[in-house]
Amino acid sequence: MKYVDEFREPEKASKLFAQIETLAAEVSGKLGRPVQLMEFCGGHTHAIFRFGIEQMLSKNIELIHGPGCPVCVLPRSRVDDCVALAERDDVIFTTFGDAMRVPGSKKSLLQAKADGAQVKMVYSPLDALALAKQNPDKEVIFFALGFETTMPSTALTLLQAESDGVKNFSLFCNHITTVPILQSLLDAPQFSIDGFVAPGHVSMVVGEEPFDYIANRYQKPLVITGFEPLDILQSIIMLLLQLKEGRAQMQNQYARVVLKQGNHPGLSAMAKVFELRDKFEWRGLGSIDQSGVKIRDEYARYDAERKFPVASIKVEDPINCQCGEVLKGMIKPWQCKVFGTLCTPEQPLGALMVSSEGACAAYYRFGNVEELLVQKENYLAKGK
Amino acid sequence: MAHGSGGKAMKDLIDAIFVEQFDNDELAKLEDQARISIADLSKIGDRLAFTTDSYVVYPLFFAGGDIGKLAVAGTVNDLAVGGATPLYLTCSLILEEGLAVVDLRRVIVSMAQTARACGVSIVTGDTKVVERGSADKMFINTAGVGVIKVGTAISAAAARAGDVILVNGSIGDHGAAIVASRGDLAIESDIESDCRPLSDLISNMLAVCPDIRSMRDATRGGIATVLNEFASASKLCFKLDERSVPLKSEVRGICEILGLDPFYLANEGKIVVVAPASAAQSLLQCMRAHPDGRDAAIIGEVLPAPESMVIVKTIFGGEKILDMLVGDQLPRIC
Repeated sequence: MKYVDEFREPEKASKLFAQIETLAAEVSGKLGRPVQLMEFCGGHTHAIFRFGIEQMLSKNIELIHGPGCPVCVLPRSRVDDCVALAERDDVIFTTFGDAMRVPGSKKSLLQAKADGAQVKMVYSPLDALALAKQNPDKEVIFFALGFETTMPSTALTLLQAESDGVKNFSLFCNHITTVPILQSLLDAPQFSIDGFVAPGHVSMVVGEEPFDYIANRYQKPLVITGFEPLDILQSIIMLLLQLKEGRAQMQNQYARVVLKQGNHPGLSAMAKVFELRDKFEWRGLGSIDQSGVKIRDEYARYDAERKFPVASIKVEDPINCQCGEVLKGMIKPWQCKVFGTLCTPEQPLGALMVSSEGACAAYYRFGNVEELLVQKENYLAKGK
Repeated sequence: MAHGSGGKAMKDLIDAIFVEQFDNDELAKLEDQARISIADLSKIGDRLAFTTDSYVVYPLFFAGGDIGKLAVAGTVNDLAVGGATPLYLTCSLILEEGLAVVDLRRVIVSMAQTARACGVSIVTGDTKVVERGSADKMFINTAGVGVIKVGTAISAAAARAGDVILVNGSIGDHGAAIVASRGDLAIESDIESDCRPLSDLISNMLAVCPDIRSMRDATRGGIATVLNEFASASKLCFKLDERSVPLKSEVRGICEILGLDPFYLANEGKIVVVAPASAAQSLLQCMRAHPDGRDAAIIGEVLPAPESMVIVKTIFGGEKILDMLVGDQLPRIC
C-alpha cells in the first residue's frame, strides 16, 4: 500500500530491533532494572499488539500501556448519562463504534439500543449533523469524546450546525486533554516511567510545544511518534539514546505529519467552541483539574448537558477494580485482582477490558499467564 | 399484505415467480412437503447432512451478489464443508410490506441461477408478509439436505499436530464489500463479495485428498472464528503466518481506514481447510486449478501447544493471539 508498506518493512524492523536490543541492555544495565517506556496513546497500544512488537523486545525493556484510550478512561457515570439521553423518546443518540460497548453502572449503549433506545453508530460528527437534518422532529445528540485528536472535528461540526441554522443538534461533550493527565501521572508517587512514546495524532493538532514543556519540567525524554510499526521502533531507539546519554528532551519522530506549531485552523476552532472545565473525572484515575473541556456559553444551545437534565451521579469504580494501577503502569493487567475472573471481555468490569485494544483485553487470552508464558517460551525455544 | 394471506394473490405470486424460476418437478407438484426417495439418496452415500441458515443482510443487493445468491450459496457451503453432496434446499421468505415485486423477482432469479449452477433443487418453501417496520425488506431462510459419501469423516476436532492450514483465496472480501455498499461511509471501492457456492471445488478437493481433517466456510466472524473453533475442538494450537494469508489491497485499505481486522471480516466464498502435510502440495494444486480456489494458499500449521489457541506470526516475526471476537467488530475512535 502506498505510503504504508514502507513503514512496515520486516528487514528494516529487524535492524531496528537489533539496535534496540543493544541500547536497552546498556541502559537497563545502568538503571539496574528494565527500562520502562509508556506509550500514552491507544493507537500506539493497538499497533504494538497488532504487530506483536512487545514480544520481539528483550526483557530489558518494558512497554507500559498508558491512559491514552479515551474509551478506556470514560467514567461509568458519563456512560449512564449517555444511556439516559439515548433512552429519551425525542432523541437519536449518535456515537463512534468503540464507545458502544463501554459499560455504565447498569448498561452500555449497545444494551440500551437492544432495549429500544435510538442509538446510531456514526463515523464522523458530520454524519450526526446530517442525521439531524434528516430528522427535524428529533434531537440528534453526538457523543463527543476523545483527546485533542477528535476535538477539532467536533468543534467544526458545531460551527457548521450554527451556520446551517440546525436547531435539533447538540453535543454531549466528554473531550479530554492530554497534558493535564500526563502531568497527573508524573506527579503521582510510585510513578517510575523512564520515557514516553508521545501521541502523534494529538500532536498533529497541538504541535510540539506542550510536550516540550513536559520534557523540560519533569526531565523525562519524550518522543512524538507515528502509528506505523517502524515509527514506534524508531521512537524507542530515540528514547533509549536519550536515556543512554542522560538527556531528557522532546523529539519529534513524526515530523512528516506533526508541525512544530500544530494545526492552526483546528486549534482556533477548538478555542472558539470549548473552554476548560475546572475538573473532569477519569475512570480509574479520579478527578483531575482542567483535564476536560466544555462548550462555551455562547454555544449553550448546542450543549446536550444544558438542553436536557443530565444526572452526572458519581459512580465509584468497583472496589476490586485496578484499572487505575494498570493505567499508571504500576501493575500488569494480569496482576489485577479481578482480571479474568470478575472482569472478562464478555463481562467487562473495567474499561480496559472493553475494547480489544485495551491492555487487559489484549492480555486476557493468556489465561493463567505465568503458566502459559513458560509454555510459550519452551515452545519458542524449541523452534529456534 | 394480501400476498402473504394464503389467498389468490399469494398463489399468483408463487406461480409467477417461485415455480417458474425454481423450475423443478418436486416444487411444481405444490404439495405441502417435498418427497424424496430414500433409495436414491442412499446410492450417493451413507449419511444424510441437514442444515439451515437465515439471511438478513443489508443492503439486499451488493457488489458481487445479493441476499438470494447468499441464501443458496451459504447453505450449499454449509453442507459441502462437511463433505456432503448438496441436493435439495428449502426457501422460506419473510417479506416486509411494501417490498417492490421487481426486487423480489430479482432475488428469486438469483437464487434459481445459483441453485442451478451448483446442481441443487429448491423443492419447497414458504412466504410470509409482515407489516412495514416489522422486518427489514426481506429475510430468507434456507434449509438444505445432502448426502455424505462413505468414508468421509471431516470434523472440527480431527486436526493433528503437523497438519497444514489452507484457505482457498483472499479473506474479508464479502465483509469489505458490504461495508462499502452501505453507502454511509462514502468509500469508493471496486471490491466485490466472494459470495459463491463451493460444492464443486470441495468435491475436487475430496477427490485429491479424501482425508481432509477439518473444513469450514469462514462466514460471520471470519477465519479467526473458524480457527478458534478448530483449536478449541482439537485442543491444539493453530499458528498462522500473517505474510502468507491472501488479502486484497482494497480490503486492507478499508480495514486500515475503519480500524477493522480482516481476520474477523465475513466471507461467503472462503473455506479454511486442515489437511495432512503430506497432501498439502497436491491439495493446493487442485484448489488453484479451480476458479473458486485460484488464489489458494497454505497459511499456517497445527502445533501441539499452546493448547486451544490461535497464534499469528506477524510480518516482523512477533506473535500475537488471535482470539474469538466478542460481539461485533466496532470501528475504533483512534
